[in-house]
Amino acid sequence: MDFLLEPFRYEFFSRAVVVGMMAGLLCGVMGVYITTRRMSYIAHGLSHAILGGAVLSYVLGLNFYIGSGIWGFGAALLIQYLTSRKIYSDAAIGIVTTASFALGVAVISTYRKFSQNFEAALFGNVLGIGPTDLWIVTGVTVALLGLIFVFYRPLLFWCFDREVAQVHGVPVFAMDTLFALMLAALLVATLQVLGVTLIISAVVIPASISRLLSDRFGYMMVISGTVGAAIAFVGIYLSYYFDIASGASVVLLSTLVFGIVLSWTRFQRRKKRYISPFHPERPL
Amino acid sequence: MKPILEVKNLACGYQTQPIFTQVDLALYPGQLSGLVGPSGSGKSTLIRAILGLVDPWAGEIWFRGKRLRPGAPPPKVGYVPQVETVDWSFPVTAEEVVMMGRYQQQKLWPWPSRRDRAIARELLSRVGIEHVAHQPIGELSGGQQQRVFLARALVGEPELVLLDEPTSSSDLHVQHELLHLLADLNQQGLTILLSTHDLNSVATHLPWVMCFNHGLICQGQPIDVFTSHTLERTFGGEMVVFHQADRILIASGLTSLRHQLKRNLPPELHQPRSKSL
Repeated sequence: MDFLLEPFRYEFFSRAVVVGMMAGLLCGVMGVYITTRRMSYIAHGLSHAILGGAVLSYVLGLNFYIGSGIWGFGAALLIQYLTSRKIYSDAAIGIVTTASFALGVAVISTYRKFSQNFEAALFGNVLGIGPTDLWIVTGVTVALLGLIFVFYRPLLFWCFDREVAQVHGVPVFAMDTLFALMLAALLVATLQVLGVTLIISAVVIPASISRLLSDRFGYMMVISGTVGAAIAFVGIYLSYYFDIASGASVVLLSTLVFGIVLSWTRFQRRKKRYISPFHPERPL
Repeated sequence: MKPILEVKNLACGYQTQPIFTQVDLALYPGQLSGLVGPSGSGKSTLIRAILGLVDPWAGEIWFRGKRLRPGAPPPKVGYVPQVETVDWSFPVTAEEVVMMGRYQQQKLWPWPSRRDRAIARELLSRVGIEHVAHQPIGELSGGQQQRVFLARALVGEPELVLLDEPTSSSDLHVQHELLHLLADLNQQGLTILLSTHDLNSVATHLPWVMCFNHGLICQGQPIDVFTSHTLERTFGGEMVVFHQADRILIASGLTSLRHQLKRNLPPELHQPRSKSL
């Protein structure tokens, strides 16, 4: 038993597990909106764009969360603007996010002193999370889950059928902005756990697992959030014993779980399709 | 009687391309009308302009005697979009889709109430598909999906319902059932406007039709409106109209029909037969 509880003797590890689980929960819940709206590429691109904001905040001496959050929100709005000006959405994402990422890389190459921070931003450093980060991630988790609770109906309608939602009085432009803000807050808050390169897996994989298990949006959010938190817990825990990067551990574990659920649901579907040779309604 | 909806001198377009100009039309309470025209004639744009989804270039839209702001949907209106625009893999059940239409009736509690569920169930029962309430929307048949969207349009207790090509991808039986359902709803006092390019199975069954092709060409009862002349102006090709008792049958013109037949024949039948010795 002592062997199993050993990592929790370290305060930094306990903090990492709590923050990782909150990030997993949040990414899982938000991931349902992102995948069903076919916005995975935006989330992936924005996580890269935020690097530019993070580096600039560091250079200008601004708070990381505020600087990166405003930068990410601005990038999301710029993508929306370009999409409304005849630019295809994937092209708009490509333009805005790579430009922002390149800006980050350019500044880093000029100020060579923070190469370690750059690696942490790329691949995450959940074990380097301090008490302030813990409070910020908790605050963002509570705020975003609260917003999802309050705006569940208009967000669902907006997500399913934006045009008809507008006819029924849903303020769709406000929803676009709110969701861009929520997405930026999600990515900034969880960036330190998985880093810009791996964060998309925490958004997409639990949501895809929940899609395999449910046909109802509300249930999907519950499943996806639970799966995201559970995978984060087990992934970070295993990373301690196998001595691998915690971000990579979480991603590999979630991919494994996805593979198992995919196989299981396929098997279940085939089992349901099978008609016994002794079935009275079996065609001759 | 005052019209429920008035469109005055309306012009719409995309980018720099006008779709229609100077459109004037009026819908009266309890009217069941069809907007008839070929694909690409601007029917959907007109409906979207009425709903505030497209900003008009010029003109005014009035609902119940009040002028609507450009881009603002009329209050108390239901909308059934073209089924081609719907994401059928989206994870929602028929009941959830119908409850979306109760958004404007939402009270302080942000989630659907028992009353919302009961009303959604009642609507599904009214359109004859209560038994599929808990099924995912993507697993329903085309006719059932169309009814779910009709139920969503009705659940907000609208005075006017607009349907964009509701029968475009359904078979004759489903079209027939939907038209009966719309006629029943209309009997109960609902004003309905639907767009269609299908003349025989839909338009001839409607009590009032408006021929539309980049502008309103004419309107009236089908028996008066559907003449070779007006249909040729609307559809841009030769049209033949047959009247039998109270029924109307419309076919594309004989010349074009002959051309079409010839085009569809296999190549060997076009060739003169070779003489065998």
